[in-house]
Amino acid sequence: MSLISVRDLVVEYDGRRVLDGLNLEIERGQITVLLGGSGSGKSTLLRQILGLEHPKSGSVSIKGTDITACSRADLKTIRRSVGVAFQSAALFNSLSLEDNVALTLREHTALAPSIVDLIVWLKLAVVGLGDFGKLHPQELSGGMKKRAAVARALALDPEILVLDEPSAGLDPIVAAELDELILFLKEAFQITALVVTHEMHSAFRIADRIAMLFDGKLLAVGTKDEIRANQNPRVRQFLNRVPANPMHTPALASYLERYVQSQEAKL
Amino acid sequence: MARILEVAGRKTLSQLDYVGRLNIQLWATLRGMRAALPLVGNRHRWRAAVHQMLEIGVEALPMVALLAICSGFILAMQGASELRRFGALHYVIDLVAVGFTRELGPLLTAIAVSGRSGSAFAAEIGTMKVTEEFDALKVMAFEPVEFVLAPKYLAALVTVPCLSIVANLFGILAGGIFMFFSTRLGLLLYFRDVLNSIALRDVLAGLIKAVAFATIIAHVGCLEGLRVRGGPEAVGRSTTMAVVRSTFLVIVADAIFTAIFYFVGKT
Repeated sequence: MSLISVRDLVVEYDGRRVLDGLNLEIERGQITVLLGGSGSGKSTLLRQILGLEHPKSGSVSIKGTDITACSRADLKTIRRSVGVAFQSAALFNSLSLEDNVALTLREHTALAPSIVDLIVWLKLAVVGLGDFGKLHPQELSGGMKKRAAVARALALDPEILVLDEPSAGLDPIVAAELDELILFLKEAFQITALVVTHEMHSAFRIADRIAMLFDGKLLAVGTKDEIRANQNPRVRQFLNRVPANPMHTPALASYLERYVQSQEAKL
Repeated sequence: MARILEVAGRKTLSQLDYVGRLNIQLWATLRGMRAALPLVGNRHRWRAAVHQMLEIGVEALPMVALLAICSGFILAMQGASELRRFGALHYVIDLVAVGFTRELGPLLTAIAVSGRSGSAFAAEIGTMKVTEEFDALKVMAFEPVEFVLAPKYLAALVTVPCLSIVANLFGILAGGIFMFFSTRLGLLLYFRDVLNSIALRDVLAGLIKAVAFATIIAHVGCLEGLRVRGGPEAVGRSTTMAVVRSTFLVIVADAIFTAIFYFVGKT
């Protein structure tokens, strides 16, 4: 059985369909990369998988529990097995790195303070920040913040690690280091990871499976080789980095049509 | 005419929606409040509440005291300039004592706390929204209402009435200093007359108002923060709105309470 199962998911914002009957299975122990352009619905899908929003219809099951219909208590239990590193890192600025990582350990476990301190150091050391625990988020570089967010996500030894745009806004070297860190975490902790990105190089470096989104629908799902061999024009366009013709976008076409009609009406 | 009615209707619905949201938030916070209580609640939430009490209460003390002293002098001097003409200078004591206990103490405190802490609540929560910290709390299996709002509300409920009492003392003291310099009335005699002129009902009326003002300030500040959408400029707008709306609602609530106490007192 899949660890995460998304079935017939439909999400609408103010009547605008953002995800349209989406189906996705995420297997245990694999790194699945959600790939897609801006506005394709990646972040919306992620928010659904994290239970941050309710869909119009469809379901999201994590470890067999439908999080769109379960109780708050069940959702909390599920959430303790999911570690999330947000795109903006979302570290608590009023807390030091140590306290950011220790927060869930202190509040969700009965571990002794000395054990919590040890685990916090270990988690920070895993991401290469063992010596920076006393610093506050505002004292860190972008790459360090992302790594600190990963350390916080790992605090409760989650079965599932979710990373939202981990390499966005980072220089290529730091981005590559983060890719290696994700691969290391998979090897060391047999973690199941869901990574949202639009960085092609990073996706093909870390993914076991790639799911490609376009316009709220899944265009293709498969291994790296299957995606590379996919002949769908949109997939090819994305892989080959071919720019879309702005004259062919539906919004612009309808605007031009209305403009022409209004000019004709004036005449 | 139809346009005016349409605008008026839309504005009314918008204000009703705002009041509805305030009520929903109030009930949610009251439900989560147990977690912030000492002994029976979560020690981390109680510690956060104590921290908030220091910020809202202790740090506002000099400002509230200074406001109360200035207002005490103003009230005493304005009252004296009129009452002297009727040979009733002695009634300045009643005016200052009753005026501060029932009215000015809680109102001045509310205005000071609204400016200092209401805006700070909105800025803090708004920034947390913008930087995804609220989402981070949810996915870390915390209840944001319990984690963020409950300690703030508990702190406001404790500190605003305490600050009101401080404002009463300093305002009445200012009246005593004025009386000493204008009539050579000793401070001990002045305070004896003050105690004779105020009743327990006056003190309770002031404290009830202070609790209501604390509720308004805390919840308007938090709601304005929670309504932030977009970037940092939205946070700036929310802080302004928090002060404007909470000050307005405090004065409306004051008028309602004063009317209730007036009519209840008459019967």
